[in-house]
Amino acid sequence: MNLWLWNLAEAVLMVGLAPLATALVKLFKARLQNRRGPSLLQSYRDLAKLFAKQPVLAEHASWIFRLAPYVIFAATALAAAIVPVILVAMPLTAAADVIALVALLALARFFTALAAMDVGTAFGGMGASREMTFAALSEPAMLMSIFVLSIAAHSTNLSAMIDTVLNSGLGLRPSLAFALAALVMVAIAETGRIPVDNPATHLELTMVHEAMILEYSGRYLALIEWANQIKLLLFATLLLNLFLPWGIAQDSSLVSVLIAAGAWLLKLLLLFALLSLFETWMAKMRIFRVPEYLGLAFLLAILGILSHYILEVGV
Amino acid sequence: MSGMSWALAALSAALTAFLAGILLSATPKHQRRLVCALLLLSALAALAAGLAGLLSAPGEVRLPIGLPWLAMHFRLDALGGFFLLVLGLLLGATALYSVGYLRQLGSQRNLTPLYIFLPLFVIGMQGVMLADDAYTFMVFWELMSVASYFLVTFEHEQDGHRKAGFLYLLMAHLGGMLILGGFAILYAAGGSFEFDAMRAAALTPLWASLAFLLAMSGFGMKAGMMPLHAWLPDAHPAAPSNVSALMSGIMIKVAIFGFLRMIWDLIGLQQAHWWWGGLVLVIGSTSAVGGILFALQQNELKRVLAYSSVENIGIIAIGLGLGMIFAHYNYPSLAALGLVAALYHSLNHAMFKGLLFMGAGAVMHGAHSCDMGQLGGLIRRMPRTAALFLIGCISISALPPFNGFVSEWLTFQAALMAPQLQGTLLSALIPFSAAMLALAGALAAACFVKVFGIVFQGTPRSPAAAEAREANAWMQIGMAIPAALCLLLGIFPAWMLPLIDAVPKALIHAELGASATGNAWLWLTPIAQERASYSPLIVLMALLLAGCTFLVIHYRYGKKRRTEPWSCGHPHLNPRMQYTAAAFSQPLRRIFSDLYQPQDKLLRSDHGHTLLVKRLRYQVHVQDLLWRHLYLPVKRFSEWLTQRIDWLHHRPIHGYLAFTFVTLLLLLGLLL
Amino acid sequence: MTQPGLLQQWVVVAAAAMLLIMFALLAQRHMRALLRWFALQGVLLALTSALVAFVAGVPELYVSALLALLLKGLVLPWLLWRIVLRLGVHREVEPLVNISVTLLLGAALVLFAFYVSLPIEKLSQLVTRNIIAIALACVLLSMLMMITRRKAITQVVAFLSLENALFFTATAATNGMPLVVEIGVAFDVLIAALIFGLFFFQIRRTFDSLDLEHLEEKP
Repeated sequence: MNLWLWNLAEAVLMVGLAPLATALVKLFKARLQNRRGPSLLQSYRDLAKLFAKQPVLAEHASWIFRLAPYVIFAATALAAAIVPVILVAMPLTAAADVIALVALLALARFFTALAAMDVGTAFGGMGASREMTFAALSEPAMLMSIFVLSIAAHSTNLSAMIDTVLNSGLGLRPSLAFALAALVMVAIAETGRIPVDNPATHLELTMVHEAMILEYSGRYLALIEWANQIKLLLFATLLLNLFLPWGIAQDSSLVSVLIAAGAWLLKLLLLFALLSLFETWMAKMRIFRVPEYLGLAFLLAILGILSHYILEVGV
Repeated sequence: MSGMSWALAALSAALTAFLAGILLSATPKHQRRLVCALLLLSALAALAAGLAGLLSAPGEVRLPIGLPWLAMHFRLDALGGFFLLVLGLLLGATALYSVGYLRQLGSQRNLTPLYIFLPLFVIGMQGVMLADDAYTFMVFWELMSVASYFLVTFEHEQDGHRKAGFLYLLMAHLGGMLILGGFAILYAAGGSFEFDAMRAAALTPLWASLAFLLAMSGFGMKAGMMPLHAWLPDAHPAAPSNVSALMSGIMIKVAIFGFLRMIWDLIGLQQAHWWWGGLVLVIGSTSAVGGILFALQQNELKRVLAYSSVENIGIIAIGLGLGMIFAHYNYPSLAALGLVAALYHSLNHAMFKGLLFMGAGAVMHGAHSCDMGQLGGLIRRMPRTAALFLIGCISISALPPFNGFVSEWLTFQAALMAPQLQGTLLSALIPFSAAMLALAGALAAACFVKVFGIVFQGTPRSPAAAEAREANAWMQIGMAIPAALCLLLGIFPAWMLPLIDAVPKALIHAELGASATGNAWLWLTPIAQERASYSPLIVLMALLLAGCTFLVIHYRYGKKRRTEPWSCGHPHLNPRMQYTAAAFSQPLRRIFSDLYQPQDKLLRSDHGHTLLVKRLRYQVHVQDLLWRHLYLPVKRFSEWLTQRIDWLHHRPIHGYLAFTFVTLLLLLGLLL
Repeated sequence: MTQPGLLQQWVVVAAAAMLLIMFALLAQRHMRALLRWFALQGVLLALTSALVAFVAGVPELYVSALLALLLKGLVLPWLLWRIVLRLGVHREVEPLVNISVTLLLGAALVLFAFYVSLPIEKLSQLVTRNIIAIALACVLLSMLMMITRRKAITQVVAFLSLENALFFTATAATNGMPLVVEIGVAFDVLIAALIFGLFFFQIRRTFDSLDLEHLEEKP
């Protein structure tokens, strides 16, 4: 029972801190660009404003358009509840392993694309088409890079994978390095950051995610934006806890939990700083460079698996 | 009643339906009702037989028909029982659907041929699953093929349908001959047509491999594996939709059944070589990715579904290949996992593909077209069909909490067991297959977003779509049954797995066993709890919570404010401004252009100056790559060959006398 | 960590990095980036030699390392870049098959190398026997690069990276070659590069282009 409470607390933490994480990234980027940037609470204020407004629907939008934001939010929040954040062994992690995690995010994406197609505008079709294409190309890369870890851990359970990395010592393993590089590239594609998609753009021809949610307003838009922010925090936590898990609590005593929480926040801070640096430094790629980018991520993941078999397992 | 009696009852019910079809052609309404009712009875009996076959010991029966020295042997064991279960479930739903569907079809044409050949088709499929000797097997196999040929060419006025039927018949018979070749090898080794003798026969490695290749090609051709799949995209759309549902849902599974029967059961996996499983795995991965890539480029709804069947057969083949590889390296419980994943996916595919084809039939009847360029906005005119079709789309995209996800998850788990193979080439190759499986799954989601989005959402692209009619009650019931099963199979896989487990136990004497469902019916843990686990209920609860919140807020806030779509401020949207089917798949067409080799044409007419465009017309066509590079060369070669041999037909009389004389000499020499 | 443990670790990482650089060489579009990665390969070789020298106590390898750093990390890339500039070669690498297919072929070659070297790995007694598969893979990848490139300059880079791969194998698997052999090979390669440069100038003067297809046509 105790563990379930911790799991619930972790889930609430992830969902609650997600807007703050996005605001942090925006602030770092602004400072790097010599601007002052929005306050850290601005994302919360935006969400509150959107929830208070009355949504406006297109004339012929169907029930799918209205249902989709709830499904998207539920699937993403459940995915966030599955990832071990502060404690390694979580009951919900046994409910869904990494493949189910990917599938939950795919479910959210499926409904976003359906909602985009619902209104019958060109932007919706464009966003849905591009998003599903890039998702199709990034899934093999994501699964392969996670397979590197699961082959080493003999399990697809996230807790088991984290345990394996914790117990394997500080040796440098090239297969993990390749897998980390591949997963970082895929994470950038999945969360729609530069260089794949610009989260701040409103130019129609460069939008991918924004094009899909163009018709949304009010609480629907709030739910979708929030789900997007949770996704960013989810991928950041996944990357950190899978590949650099030191500090995570392996028992539920208060001391280890506090240390773990502090380590997590610190690592997140560093990761977001790196992300903002990267986003400021790079420019957005042309749309048809994205398949090459994802192909490179896939290649790195394959190199990870190959180097695992050739160099680490051996004969 | 024992399982075998249920099976015979199923056959008799189908036979009675056939007779009813012949005798009642004067009264179409009674004919339709009686034939569908009898088919429903047959389905229920097959379902009971299937359950009995899975749960109890095998039963046998011998009918004194057939060859004088060889009675027809029938046997109901776990393998046949499982596929009878699949048949029963889908046939029952299709029978109910047909009552409504055929009423509408019957108002346009005479349906007696359909009522004659549909029961024959069902008899053929059931007979194949029950056959216990090669003769019975081939008789019912050919019955199934020929009956389905007549069903495919049912609307024979259309040129394309006749061509599709011809190609289908050609490939079905070619496949039948290859299968017969396989049986011939087994007969020579075992000395008898009976399956028991063939099981006991020991084959030399060369003959075993030859038999494997013949069986693989023959059954693969019928199942629709690449590169022998060319008949599928033409034949399935040509047939009426209820028949397409049966063909795609059950007939290609009968081919999988045949594959299992011949290779896993008769030849036996202990005689398998290491490369058999690898070949099946490679063919499966190619079919999975190739099938869905071509599905994405189709603009006609039923062609999309047909190519998607190729993809799903590929996924089943991946599971089978993994099972064969693990069996060869002596990991029986992992082999059981691969087999169970493949079988579960067969069941799931029958459910959601049947549902999707039935939905396509409803669209065809409601909007009079399956061309995606003529449809759109059907969700408002056909709400229930749309909701059921959506369930089919989500299931086929392998998304939780529906059934497609469970079988793909099991296949991934089987693939992840590869490291157990300890550093052989195969263990490094299997992750590639897993990557191809992931790619196929993600592309399937893209494809079905396209299908649902273009057909049901947006605004109608033609007047027929704007005035579409909802499907009638029978059709809705027929679709609701597989939809409900998709949900149940997705949420309670732990109930189905012990049933399916009987099949690996019979074939390779290994099972997933208690570990699969040991942690109560909530959790799916195929190998061990620590290894991997999935609880569909928790996902369902989260989604139900979302749904309930939606409903509460919907009813609380009542009326919504509606206005024109925003679309970045563009006024006066018309249906032509929406994305078309070809537009949706354009990024993929460009990325994989080496594979597709699309032929496109841009026609423009202007008012005298290139900038004053009057009209632009863009056409793009993607032809099946294998058609151009494999089938057409084969066709050209066989034409060349026949032309060379043609001189034999134009000899003078002395020539024919000479042939007869030489043949006589040869026979004397050989026989004496 | 014990000294052999450290060496083993580093050799494994270096092998993986070598593989990565070979793929990077295959994937490059621009001449300048190609030469930069080639220089990086030289630096990696130098580091590996230095570490092997330190751990296994083979002082000659320090000289090898220095040679590798100077020649392969600095002189050769600079020479090649000068040739590119002087001959006005297009700055784009022109592949025969498109890059994605080349990379897929490369991955298949790595698998093939792994398969072929399985029996060898079983027989070998050395600690670094895993490297053999990677080394063979790198050799095959440089040969693939030679086959699938149009320009003569890129073929020279492929040839040089082949030599790098062999050098890496020698250092990692057998603790270095005798110094005499090392110096001889290094000078051979330098002379080869100079002669190539001369030939390129000649070819370009005759055919007005360094595209190898032109060499097949009759003048």
